[in-house]
Amino acid sequence: MNGVTRWLTRLGASVTGGIARLGFATRFFIAIVRLSGATFARPQLLLREIYQAGVLSLIIILMSGLFIGMVLALQGYETLVRFGATESMGMLVALSLVRELGPVVAALLFASRAGSAMTAEIGLMKTTEQLAAMEVMAVDPIARVVAPRFWGGVISLPLLAALFSTLGIYGGYLVGVRLIGIDAGAYWGQMSAAVDWKYDILNGVIKSVVFAVAVSLIAVFEGYDATPTAEGVSAATTRTVVTSALAILALDFVLTVIMFRGGAG
Amino acid sequence: MNRKIIDLWVGIFVAIGLAALMFLALKVGNLLTFNEDRRGYELEAHFENIGALKPRAQVKSAGVVVGRVESVRLDKTTYEAVARLHVFPEYQFSRDTIATVYTSGLLGDQFIGLEPGGDPVMLKDEDRIKKTQSAIQIEKLISQFMFNKAQETPAPAAAPATGVKP
Amino acid sequence: MTLDSESSLTASAPAATCETLVELKNVSFGYTKARQILSGINLIVPRGKLVAVMGGSGCGKTTILRLLCGQIKATSGEVLVSGQSVAAMTHEQMYAHRRKLGMLFQFGALFTDQTVFENIAFPMREHTELPEDIIHDLVLMKLNAVGLRGAAKLKPSELSGGMARRVALARTIALDPQMALYDEPFAGLDPISLSVVGQLIRRLNDALGMTSILVTHDIAESLKIVDYVYFISEGKVVAHGDVAAIKASRDPFVRQFVDGQPDGPVGFHYPAKALAEDFA
Repeated sequence: MNGVTRWLTRLGASVTGGIARLGFATRFFIAIVRLSGATFARPQLLLREIYQAGVLSLIIILMSGLFIGMVLALQGYETLVRFGATESMGMLVALSLVRELGPVVAALLFASRAGSAMTAEIGLMKTTEQLAAMEVMAVDPIARVVAPRFWGGVISLPLLAALFSTLGIYGGYLVGVRLIGIDAGAYWGQMSAAVDWKYDILNGVIKSVVFAVAVSLIAVFEGYDATPTAEGVSAATTRTVVTSALAILALDFVLTVIMFRGGAG
Repeated sequence: MNRKIIDLWVGIFVAIGLAALMFLALKVGNLLTFNEDRRGYELEAHFENIGALKPRAQVKSAGVVVGRVESVRLDKTTYEAVARLHVFPEYQFSRDTIATVYTSGLLGDQFIGLEPGGDPVMLKDEDRIKKTQSAIQIEKLISQFMFNKAQETPAPAAAPATGVKP
Repeated sequence: MTLDSESSLTASAPAATCETLVELKNVSFGYTKARQILSGINLIVPRGKLVAVMGGSGCGKTTILRLLCGQIKATSGEVLVSGQSVAAMTHEQMYAHRRKLGMLFQFGALFTDQTVFENIAFPMREHTELPEDIIHDLVLMKLNAVGLRGAAKLKPSELSGGMARRVALARTIALDPQMALYDEPFAGLDPISLSVVGQLIRRLNDALGMTSILVTHDIAESLKIVDYVYFISEGKVVAHGDVAAIKASRDPFVRQFVDGQPDGPVGFHYPAKALAEDFA
């Protein structure tokens, strides 16, 4: 019985701990937004972070987008050819990417690459007392270190997601038209006809913005909250990737239900 | 890292990102045609059965897209399906145009086909297309076929129970 | 000021005068009720003096610095700077207070993503409206004072330990603060750098008219440069006095510390069961 009570106490403690952490994260988010003035008043800070988060993620995003588009075309062909519907390839590739794969996969890749880097950077600065030094010099580290990274992520990810989708569509073209031999006109034409800018593309962009806020917030929070030791920072980066992945997939579900109610009819 | 190099790369990044968004919106989506679509005029057509026609379905004539279906509703007095069609401004159709609900391929989406007649007077905004042909329903076709088959074979076939549904 | 020769855990601090910059009155602090890091500390730092706060590891020395710069609040007692309580400061007052203080963190805490120049220019850029060319000259002057004017373009990762510490020192005095706090400035340095840093701390204190508090456990170096010493053990002030008094002291704790004896008031053995029990 004692073991069970102890287990229950620990469970209770971790639940209250988790809720307390959630509360702290919310206050943290509000603080970031409140202190964002400096970020935009001194664009140099922001530019550096967009470079770190966006530009340095370009290679992985572009390559992944290209490959996913190509795979979509290959796999899609398999099924479409059975219904004699191969001209719909363009539509298949474009819709899959723009509505789902683009925002979601780009966000997952971003979390692993740029998100964990942000966490590690901030965690390391905390461990080497750089954040404390800033505080003592009367510079708020949230305004100077955290907010620029947050906004850098929020601005970079939607752009990366758009690039991902674009490269994917091109990859689908390469495989579908050049490799397999589907008619180019059908590929692009069917796509144009079936993809609505408001319904599909705008919703995809909204998704990637929501993911961007979530991933960036998680990344900077875990870094700021990390235990200031080597193991602490390492644990924090792992948490960033895992928590971001869960958040992305959960938010994706919620957003998809809201936006794409089982199709138009 | 040199500030100028960072600025340059960030500029390139943002530029291609926005270009990708534009590409998606314009080429892949239909942002450009979206505004064109807003002009034009509306026609109504009454059908006995509208089949699986959905809003945003195409309105074609001779296979060319000339408009979109705006909305589909049920007329509460005649119990007929009323489709509201949006036709692009550059196309004019005669008063005796026939509107038919077609299926694209065998299993595809449904669209409305317009076949103009010889009447010199053209349909105007908010006019009603008088001649319509409803969608073909597979079930009715099958029961029709079954019925005809049953008619052909002589009486002893107590078969009528199979598949002949009212 | 002479040393309390009865020393013991109830040593009292010298009387505060209007020449006092920093005063800790009966200050206690603990992160949890169970573990009190400081209990009833009384400490005075006169204006313009260089005071050392010494003790074993984990005795609460760094906590005193944190209390002074407002990073943490005392659970009881008062922390006064120029007569003003740090805990009671408003946001603006705290900002002004921190502007007048410079702190050297253990191991430097330099901003690793910026060059040496930018590290020192940081407080200037954040807190003044000075134009870039003036900042440029000021930064180089500070670097020159610590002998590293030629290293301005290097990054912290390219510096040796001693050099990094000197750059951090330069950053500490970047805005010519009124009070300088040093957290273990001698930690991990080679003998030459050790001496250089020590000399710089003394010279800068006098040249800039600052008041400095030096937290360390390097006896030899500190006694060469400071004016007054406080010894902390288990959260209390166990002894204090000027350099001569310390050297002549008979207090067992002071003697153990100064002579580096392995056993004494600070026990050698970590609390454990009786020998017979463990080896039964």
